[in-house]
Amino acid sequence: MNAPAKLPRWAELGLLPLVNLAAALLLSGVIVKVLGESPWAALKLLASGSLGSEENIGYTLYYATNFMFTGLAVAVAYHAGLFNIGGEGQAYVGGLGVGLVALWLGGRAPFLVVLPVAILGGAVFGAAWAFIPAWLQARRGSHIVITTIMFNFIGSALMTYLLVNVLIKPGQQSPETREFGATAFMPAASDLLAKAGIDFSPSPLNLAFVVALGAGALVWVLVWRTRWGYALRVAGQNQAAAVYAGISPPRIIVQSMLLSGALAGCLALNELMGSQHRILIDFPGGAGFVGIAVALMGRNHPAGIFLSAVLFGALAQGGSQLSFDMPKINRDMVVVIQGLVILFCGALENVMRAPLAAVFARLAGRREAEG
Amino acid sequence: MRPIPSVRALVALACLAAGARAADFLPAIVYDMGGKFDRSFNQSASDGAAKFAKDTGIAVRDFEITNAAQREQAMTQFARRGASVIVAIGFDQASAVEAVAKKFPNVKFAIVDGTVDLPNVQSINFREQESSFLCGMAAAMASKTGKVGFVGGMDVPLIRKFALGYVEGVHYVNPAAEVFENMTGTTPAAWNDPTKGAELAKSQFGRGADVVFHAAGGTGLGVMQAAADMGKLSIGCDSNQDYLHPGSVLTSAVKRVDTAVYQTFLGAKNGTWKPGKIYLGLAEDGVGFSLDEHNRKLITPEIEAKLDEARADIIAGKIKVSEYHAQ
Repeated sequence: MNAPAKLPRWAELGLLPLVNLAAALLLSGVIVKVLGESPWAALKLLASGSLGSEENIGYTLYYATNFMFTGLAVAVAYHAGLFNIGGEGQAYVGGLGVGLVALWLGGRAPFLVVLPVAILGGAVFGAAWAFIPAWLQARRGSHIVITTIMFNFIGSALMTYLLVNVLIKPGQQSPETREFGATAFMPAASDLLAKAGIDFSPSPLNLAFVVALGAGALVWVLVWRTRWGYALRVAGQNQAAAVYAGISPPRIIVQSMLLSGALAGCLALNELMGSQHRILIDFPGGAGFVGIAVALMGRNHPAGIFLSAVLFGALAQGGSQLSFDMPKINRDMVVVIQGLVILFCGALENVMRAPLAAVFARLAGRREAEG
Repeated sequence: MRPIPSVRALVALACLAAGARAADFLPAIVYDMGGKFDRSFNQSASDGAAKFAKDTGIAVRDFEITNAAQREQAMTQFARRGASVIVAIGFDQASAVEAVAKKFPNVKFAIVDGTVDLPNVQSINFREQESSFLCGMAAAMASKTGKVGFVGGMDVPLIRKFALGYVEGVHYVNPAAEVFENMTGTTPAAWNDPTKGAELAKSQFGRGADVVFHAAGGTGLGVMQAAADMGKLSIGCDSNQDYLHPGSVLTSAVKRVDTAVYQTFLGAKNGTWKPGKIYLGLAEDGVGFSLDEHNRKLITPEIEAKLDEARADIIAGKIKVSEYHAQ
């Protein structure tokens, strides 16, 4: 049985991921048990910590916003046949664009002016950071996986230099800039909902969540509903066919990486304008790498990326609650649980597929026999 | 007759009772990215918290953050659950402490290696340049080649402070001495990359250095290993690391984060805690150089005498050690 077993579409998209998730949580439960804590209590903490209160939901969606941007970035490049590992660096440098705009316009221009310029700033800086690896891949054949990883480090070096020597607020230890002007703060979800008459506990969740949803819709339209998106997918699946069809793969490589970098660059809208209100060292905090898992788990489709981003947001938030309330479960344990989810939902996806398909086949057979 | 179990039970009961009485005092500590087992800065803080817990029988709640947003989140949660005093470890936490301390004016906060100007925050800073100065002197006196090295972790103002004091100390003894300076990296991974630390140290030894000082957290373990392997000298940092390679570790620039944490908790418990800025230098025994059975043979009486003299001069203000000011 070499070909992947067939499953009904609803089971493929809904049931299979759930079964995989359950398997990952089951194994995590065993580990929790070994550590001497109750798996059931841990699971309850994980669930209530991520979804149990308005504040916790806010945190979950706040983390999910980061993962959506980086997940979309990975997905766009993936459709063009490129594996962009550089989301972390692109988000970091994109943050420079967002931050510079916020430092420059914050307090001087109204928010409605700051927002589009900041989006532009993040997108341009993020895209610029993706451009060089893209160009090297398109023209010189330098492998994009290698170059984007290298650019993560170069980006980090650049940002550390700027934050330590140039942008630092004078007279302090911590390499971070001064606070943005108030008009460069992303409105918090609690404030926005309060205006609409809805009471929502304060959390870092902010308008950037909506921007991320918009970015998801944009990616869907661009990739599946435009000529350019068609060219992108053709070039990604078969370069020879693309050339035969009059599509230039090098051009697609550069264009898709620019879009990918721009999406990653927008992470700072959430992290810097939405929550930290300053540029600080290492703010992407690994979201660029989580984006890879999010995109793979979400099958590189915006809807799937939304769902998996929320799942990873819930794991991040629920996991921090878990380590907060169960001292035996430290932050490394939380990484193990996240790793198990990635392992089961990504790498071992087909392990559950075959037994599940067998169940469906038997059910179908019985129905036929009865009918 | 085995009375021990019952005695133990009694002690346990007593402890429980003490715990119940002290239940209204809830100390909490938030570590930075390095984590509480970094064998260096955070671990020193963790030792202080553990000592407090052991001495008083009061459990200390803690949290190790993994991303920037968690700093504020963790402190808010501790505050909301009735923490009496919250200690934040590391300069990165300053803005989070500021935000949360404003929201909870009745909770006591302390930050190590940072400054927050609020009526309920104690800002604890160390004069690392003073201990680095002494270590620089020791390095220059122990060096036979007139060349010494420095390996920093991440290139941030705090580490430049170490480097500056060290270089001044070296030149105080030997103005012609050459100092090689390297930073390990530009990401937080630079705090925990012993392989790279060893490579940097080897390259400095290769250029003629024979004493290397590290201010690089976990990376420094590689620096010290390289020195031990090549028969050179190294200088430890933050905790007393002389025991790691006896005979090869000249001394350690000790930074008593553990004492600071312990004192903060104890002060908060006894009601002697005060907000404001605290600077811990040689005069306060907050920093210093280590001298124990592991490095006794390396620190000769002449070196020790000179170091003690310089220490007295620094405390008296006769030697001025420059402080690295960010911009």
